[in-house]
Amino acid sequence: MNPKRKQRLTLVLFIAFGVSAAVGLALYGMSQNINLFFNPSQVEQGEAPMEQVIRIGGLVVEGSVNRDKTSLDVQFDITDFKSTVTVAFSGILPDLFREGQGIVTTGKLDQFGVFRADEVLAKHDENYMPPEVQRALDKAHGGQDVTVSEQQPTAKY
Amino acid sequence: MIAEIGHFALILSFCFSLLLTVVPLLGAWWRDPLWMGVARPLAMGQLVMVLAAFVALTANFLLDDFSVQYVANHSNSLMPWYYKVSAVWGGHEGSLLLWVLILGGWTAAVAKFSKQLPLDMVARVLGVLGFVNVGFMLFILLTSNPFNRFLPNWPQDGSDLNPLLQDFGLIVHPPMLYMGYVGFSVAFAFAIAALLGGRLDAAWARWSRPWTTVAWSFMTAGIALGSWWAYYELGWGGWWFWDPVENASLMPWLAGTALMHSLAVTEKRGVFKSWTVLLAIFTFSLSLLGTFLVRSGILTSVHAFASDPERGQFVLMFLLITIGSSLALYALRAPVVKSRIGFTERSREIFLLLNNILFVVATLTVLGGTLFPLGAEYFGYEVSVGAPYFNLMFAFLVPVLVLIMGVGVYSNWKDTRPKVLFSRVPVMALVSLPVALVVPWLYGEVALLAVVGTYIASWLILATFLDVWKKSASKQSRWSGWLKTSRSFKGMVAGHLGIAITILGATITSHYSEEKDVRMEAGTVAEIAGFQFKLLGIEGVRGPNYVSDQAHVTITSSSGDIVTTLHPEKRRYLVSGDVMTEAGIDAGLFRDLYISMGEHLGDGAWAMRVQYKPLVRWLWLGAVFMSVGGLLAVADPRYRVKLKQRRQQPEVNTRLEEASTSAVMPDGGGSTA
Repeated sequence: MNPKRKQRLTLVLFIAFGVSAAVGLALYGMSQNINLFFNPSQVEQGEAPMEQVIRIGGLVVEGSVNRDKTSLDVQFDITDFKSTVTVAFSGILPDLFREGQGIVTTGKLDQFGVFRADEVLAKHDENYMPPEVQRALDKAHGGQDVTVSEQQPTAKY
Repeated sequence: MIAEIGHFALILSFCFSLLLTVVPLLGAWWRDPLWMGVARPLAMGQLVMVLAAFVALTANFLLDDFSVQYVANHSNSLMPWYYKVSAVWGGHEGSLLLWVLILGGWTAAVAKFSKQLPLDMVARVLGVLGFVNVGFMLFILLTSNPFNRFLPNWPQDGSDLNPLLQDFGLIVHPPMLYMGYVGFSVAFAFAIAALLGGRLDAAWARWSRPWTTVAWSFMTAGIALGSWWAYYELGWGGWWFWDPVENASLMPWLAGTALMHSLAVTEKRGVFKSWTVLLAIFTFSLSLLGTFLVRSGILTSVHAFASDPERGQFVLMFLLITIGSSLALYALRAPVVKSRIGFTERSREIFLLLNNILFVVATLTVLGGTLFPLGAEYFGYEVSVGAPYFNLMFAFLVPVLVLIMGVGVYSNWKDTRPKVLFSRVPVMALVSLPVALVVPWLYGEVALLAVVGTYIASWLILATFLDVWKKSASKQSRWSGWLKTSRSFKGMVAGHLGIAITILGATITSHYSEEKDVRMEAGTVAEIAGFQFKLLGIEGVRGPNYVSDQAHVTITSSSGDIVTTLHPEKRRYLVSGDVMTEAGIDAGLFRDLYISMGEHLGDGAWAMRVQYKPLVRWLWLGAVFMSVGGLLAVADPRYRVKLKQRRQQPEVNTRLEEASTSAVMPDGGGSTA
């Protein structure tokens, strides 16, 4: 093998090594950071793992929002009209968090079946239904269409 | 009536772009100068018509014509005039109209500033741009017409613009970003034209380069503006969320950065031609993919555009046609192009190749993370990929990239003597070490990633300054030596410093920001990072189209001086009923103090979030450096000197062989910006 080819080969090997390291890292990163989504029915049936970061979504039950008087702790229930899960959160809820609103929340399920949320997402458009929530509702009602938003979601940027 | 004129103008513009696609390309095929010659007038005609449509829609907004559906959905008679104007691009249909206006603008600019190009090249480039125009025009006319009316009954008043968008950020962010997105279509058009003409040489890279760099500069500014806007307007103090729509803009930016650097190699050395063309196609495809992701609503995102399957399908079809046909063309034509210039593993070529690989890997990383949920959904899993994935990947890729960058700026084309290449490495490595330990120590706990981030930022700044020191050596003063360096070198320096500044800002603000959620009543004091936030009181305020609770908060520093008084607000917009947080921010070069109001807890108490964010401004300051650097590089006179020289030569079919030979510079001259 002449020296020039050898150089090239080293370079190619170097690049191949770098790229495969990146791919490996990406796969590792993915496997650690993929959050599965569950709806309240699945949580009630015990399909959702405990003490692992997951996302759940549903509608905030009217009248269920319970705020602590002295701190920023808040509890509320979310539902897919079949089952309900209690969510505990500490901090500031987003502007568009409202009763009856579809939300998605990220956190862990504790041993008492309470969802300890780290993050609560409500969309910035009140007519917007997160696709996961809409699907969760559809699923819970076995194919029959539940349209929660009366309007088509309006465009916004 | 105005809306109908606008609609008509849009249709005319579509007809122009259809002609622009067909006639010049056929002309180039048949070598008919007349057919090729109509490309420029058609490009102008198309711009004039789309501009007329845009003006018509703006007029509808200003005149409060709520019989137009789009106006009724995105405006209100109470809004101030400047928000009425920016509301034109506040929704899906109008923002697409802005998109085609900008595309028309770029097309016309190519038509205007291409005097030095051979006519067949101009015809092909404009033809390809015409094709892109046709796609987006059809998209608007078939699925998203902004001129549709509510007839016969129209609302008395509009339903208001989303309050988040009633802001200076919305006025400037989308146009800037679109300038970038759309600008990459010019790079794409040049690449396709070169493939069609079979003329993939250094001259092609030279023509394509300034356009790509300008587009990149706008894109950088657009992304930074978006980040800044999210920071102050969403009320959370976050500046990057790895949201699918943000990723959609980051991917073309990353690929575009790679393209910009690989164009430099192709221009100067005539190598990597096929790769550069492929990158141009890739970059533009990512722009289209971004459009698809944003407009189809298939991914959950804070940028919730209406999810209309028809729209998604249209963009997907357009995307597939464009990518498919350009890759097919590439497969057919690219192997013809061969380069034969050799270089060693210490050459600038190799360093730029590594840059390209890293940027492409970064792009694919983001692409994977963004599209993974879609793939998983197909198999019945509903998942999301969290921010930690992206953070991990970038925490790995960026240091590697920057370390290579710091050495690479000293490399020369073809080969570099190891002494020249590595002579500054010991200095950079040794000086950066204490910096990387002391800076995090000053901020508090010495965290590994903070050390790494500071280290690479310092490494890059040192490399850049030492390089400037070397290049500015002169018989007169250093300053005159610096002034004598080329503009593209200055642009590169600014761009690379910008990267370092942004990295430093991102590192420090991510690690040493402090944040507290507190319950506050009048008189409550919250302390963070030595600053005391005291709530004086809350009063009701009325704005033009909203009512708000406004808090008055004084901030005192640890020495007891009053720093400032902030007025965060909780607004309720009257028409839509939307509630919105206006944060109170005391901005500074070294730290921001940030307070936002959460919910009313009853009895005059409010949930408040106070934050201390060190060096957060550096994120965007770095982007300003990068953006200005790009524009500086484009302003390099050599792009215009060539133009004058070429005037004396016959225009059509000049084979620009001299461009590739004259471009071999003795010292590399620093032209990677």
